[in-house]
Amino acid sequence: MDDKQIYAKLAEVFADVFDDEAIEVKPELSAKDVDGWDSLSHIRLILTVERAFNVKFSTSEIGKLQNVGDLATLIKMRTS
Amino acid sequence: MNPLYAEMQWLPRTPREFPALLKEMSAVDGLIGSRARAAALHALDLNKLTKLGRVIDEARNAGRSLEPLVAFRLAVLSNSTIDFVVPALVASAARHGIVLEVVQPSYDQVAQEVLTPDSKVNTSNPDAVLFALDYRALPVRITPGDADAATATTRGVVGYLEALRNGVQSHSNAACIFQTFAPPPETVFGSLDRALPGTLRSLIDDINREVTGMARASGAVLLDVAGLAATVGLADWHNSQLWNMAKLPFSDELIPLYADHVARTIAAMRGKSGKVLVLDLDNTVWGGVIGDDGLEGIKVAQGDARGEAHLEVQRMALDLRQRGVVLAVCSKNTDELAREPFEKHPEMLLKLNHIAVFQANWGDKATNLRSIAAELSVGLDSLVFLDDNPVERDLVRQLAPEVKVPELPEDPAWYARTLAAGGYFESVAFAGEDLKRAKYYQDNARRASLQKQVGDLDAYLASLDMTITFQPFEATGRARIVQLINKSNQYNLTTRRYTEPEVSAAEQDPEVFTLQVRLADIFGDNGMISVVICRPDKQGVWQIDTWLMSCRVLGRRVEHMVLREILEHARAAGIHKLAGVYLPTERNKLVVDHYAKLGFTKVREEKGATFWELTVCGADPGSAPMKVVSLDFAGLRQGTFA
Repeated sequence: MDDKQIYAKLAEVFADVFDDEAIEVKPELSAKDVDGWDSLSHIRLILTVERAFNVKFSTSEIGKLQNVGDLATLIKMRTS
Repeated sequence: MNPLYAEMQWLPRTPREFPALLKEMSAVDGLIGSRARAAALHALDLNKLTKLGRVIDEARNAGRSLEPLVAFRLAVLSNSTIDFVVPALVASAARHGIVLEVVQPSYDQVAQEVLTPDSKVNTSNPDAVLFALDYRALPVRITPGDADAATATTRGVVGYLEALRNGVQSHSNAACIFQTFAPPPETVFGSLDRALPGTLRSLIDDINREVTGMARASGAVLLDVAGLAATVGLADWHNSQLWNMAKLPFSDELIPLYADHVARTIAAMRGKSGKVLVLDLDNTVWGGVIGDDGLEGIKVAQGDARGEAHLEVQRMALDLRQRGVVLAVCSKNTDELAREPFEKHPEMLLKLNHIAVFQANWGDKATNLRSIAAELSVGLDSLVFLDDNPVERDLVRQLAPEVKVPELPEDPAWYARTLAAGGYFESVAFAGEDLKRAKYYQDNARRASLQKQVGDLDAYLASLDMTITFQPFEATGRARIVQLINKSNQYNLTTRRYTEPEVSAAEQDPEVFTLQVRLADIFGDNGMISVVICRPDKQGVWQIDTWLMSCRVLGRRVEHMVLREILEHARAAGIHKLAGVYLPTERNKLVVDHYAKLGFTKVREEKGATFWELTVCGADPGSAPMKVVSLDFAGLRQGTFA
């Protein structure tokens, strides 16, 4: 999967989880930029990403994520 | 994970336009309760449940009416993170006819909330308090092999739960809902964990037994989470990663299932569970079509895999009847034929005296279900309708949306389990009169009179997006044509059987007009569903030698479209009159009025056979909303009738 495909799919996931089609999903996007992205919806986001890309992340991988760029890198690693 | 449970396969899949449904709900004025319920009646995942739950909450908080949904206030007390569960509960409750308000105090404040008179829970005046506790919440001491210590532990746990119950009872009028506890999959000894007192597994076994007894004795409601977790599998239920990260008490993928179980329990407390199981017959109660396969041909015997699957459906219906669920039949069939297996088939478990209302006719099922509800004096929402045919299920969902209609898988082996998994007959109590209820209805039920009105059938037909394809006989269709000619009994005007060479001869004879008809709709391709053979008679007359149709597509006005096609070719061939005959058999009463309905005039009658004529010029057979494709005649022609 290339970056473009990953970001396109991530955009769908973000719209689904945060119920907001307007979120611009880019590498530097992080929790402080999105209304309602708290620790709980973060879990829901990760779970939805896992299902959408059919991957599983370890607890420490999830703990290290700082922004969408980190998440995309992790997905790319798993799906290539 | 087992998809039947994890994906709740008894519910229709979520439609693509789900987000639009939600937007509409926020935008429209007036009553949105039915819309909320309709949106909830899909297998929604956690994100979609969350969104629907929020929309319902917003509407309720804005003071909008959600009738006909019934209000219920539920306090949820838990030792774990239930923030994901709460909106899912609200959305799932709508599925079961409830508009749910959830009171959710701070995390892990179970005892404080219950025992303090002016706590958030106690002052909110809830209808019920759900103790959504898992085993980690319990004061449990592991003492392998020490029976006395194990007994003391169990007593301590039950004492704690009793204290919670007493707290609720003294500070509010709420009912208590207790859960059984799902043991973790890990064992210490192995199988011995179950046998040895004081291991976690054996303690949880003891605690579950005690909690069950305590709930029953004190009038509390029991939610069997241990049973649910065992059904889906403990290894799938418990997710250590999610517990460690976020204190989720069980796998996020099973939240929709859990929420549905809470919702159906609340619905049962409000008396909104199903009361009547309405059964389709062909390919539901038995394998095959009684009108075509006959008493000897239907599959309903031990020793036959398909027969046993249908027997299991019958057994489940009888078990439900024994606990007070009323049974009824709603089938597209000739009444006498439909009753035959009940009366004469030795392997049938269901007998006519088990059925309170028996509706076998050719009317549409939504209308028939209304008759059944009226006959039994119950609401439409008390009916659960089991039918193998997706078209019928969809029609009922559209025209009688209150009726509960489980989706069914392809293989009848899973019918009984799917019906049970849907939990349509959830009950929170069982009383002596439940045992008598089925009989009570039966004694009072007369056979419901048929209602001729068809509801909004036109709109329904249009929504099927049908394409009908006409073609003369040709080699690729021949085998199926021969099969239909030799198998069709019910929708068959003359029941003339022809061999393959005879069909081939008709195909090649330029004087004979032949028609094979296919029908496709949004549910897929029905394949070849009708066959017509017209032979030249006197000058300028076509004699309709054969006209048959598959009963699968009854009620779609296919026959009108077929006549329209015949007329068109007749005109082109210089034919001025069509002649038809109805030859009665044991099985084809269904088509006794076929020609009358199509505008033919009866010219004579002879030993039950009726002879009909239609003048081609000026004949108007009516039409149906479907796309028409004519192949191989004199070139391709297409049109649409709206």
